[in-house]
Amino acid sequence: MSDLFVLAISCIFINNILLAQFLGQCPFLGTSKKMETAVGMGMAVIFVLVMAGIITWIVDVYLLKALNVEYLRTVSFILVIASLVQFVEMFLKKSIPALYAGLGIFLPLITTNCAVMGVCLINIKEEYSFLQAVIASFAYAVGFALALILFAGVRERVDLGRVPKPLQDTSIGLVTAGIIALTFMSFKGMV
Amino acid sequence: MAQSLAKEFTKGLWAEMPPFRLVLGLCPVLAVTKSVENGIGMGVATTFVLVFSNLLVSLLRNIIPAKVRIACFIVIIATFVTIVELMMQAYAYQLFLKLGIFIPLIVVNCIVLGRSEAFASKNGPIVSVADGLGIGIGFTMSLASLGAVREFLGNGTLTIWEGLPVFSMGPDFIPFRFMLEAPGAFVGLGLMLFLMNLIPQK
Repeated sequence: MSDLFVLAISCIFINNILLAQFLGQCPFLGTSKKMETAVGMGMAVIFVLVMAGIITWIVDVYLLKALNVEYLRTVSFILVIASLVQFVEMFLKKSIPALYAGLGIFLPLITTNCAVMGVCLINIKEEYSFLQAVIASFAYAVGFALALILFAGVRERVDLGRVPKPLQDTSIGLVTAGIIALTFMSFKGMV
Repeated sequence: MAQSLAKEFTKGLWAEMPPFRLVLGLCPVLAVTKSVENGIGMGVATTFVLVFSNLLVSLLRNIIPAKVRIACFIVIIATFVTIVELMMQAYAYQLFLKLGIFIPLIVVNCIVLGRSEAFASKNGPIVSVADGLGIGIGFTMSLASLGAVREFLGNGTLTIWEGLPVFSMGPDFIPFRFMLEAPGAFVGLGLMLFLMNLIPQK
């Protein structure tokens, strides 16, 4: 039990997917200009990543490894993720319109979010058990949302300041992200 | 014809050089640029995928139905990524280990899908190959230059192949380790973007 707790903490803080593993940078810089979009993207990623983590783990263990065709992993994972996103979008649109209104525009973007694919691959590479894979997927997604929302908060304030023109937008965004990454490095001694 | 080919090729080297002019595909840029060697390796792998996926998408552009085109592009790209993955396992195993999951993640690199969607699906095969090659080489140069800055400041060396430094500052150099850590990647790329923005864009 405590092992799983340690795994969750290390996935959220120490190996934070955005600030230590460098996955999912496009939405990190793209949707962090406003707090609203950051929260929407964060929630959509948590939702999809947990489902993708579970399904790809099952596909890998019971299909690819069982049939001895591991070289098809890249192709099959991306297909699973793309169809999952499409399916979730259709399901939400029909059944839970309120949630769809909130997450809708972020869902298609998730297909090419390498955080999702990345975590699925990490789960396999680290040879996690099913339970560990579920916890790790959820914890990485929470870490994603946490870093994204924190970053959006800082970025809104930075935009109010007078930033020199060549530094504006992505450039100052990256430097800010570097400083946040520095604060996350202090978690390193924790586990 | 030759003129437009040259134009499509050279735009990737400067005017639309990823990721500085075209801010896409940042994950591998930040993650693998701890040394020049890793940067070049990643760049070459991405270039290979870009060129061949552009070629195939362009050849099939009249056959692929518009509604399912993104899915088709992804399958084409994933196929070439698998080829690269297997080839690197066979011929550059050390590099393959260092780049880790970022090789399979070329599938979700927005530059590759972006070129298929924005260029190859609308243009002929030869021009598309020139476009893929240009963007790929531009991407490799960016990765190598960021890798050079980070490796030089963080370790005092420059490594091109097989972990052997071609240039070393010697033991008296005090390395600025920060540049090799995660925050150094962000700050380094941010400052390089700033320098690029200082040069006027035509």
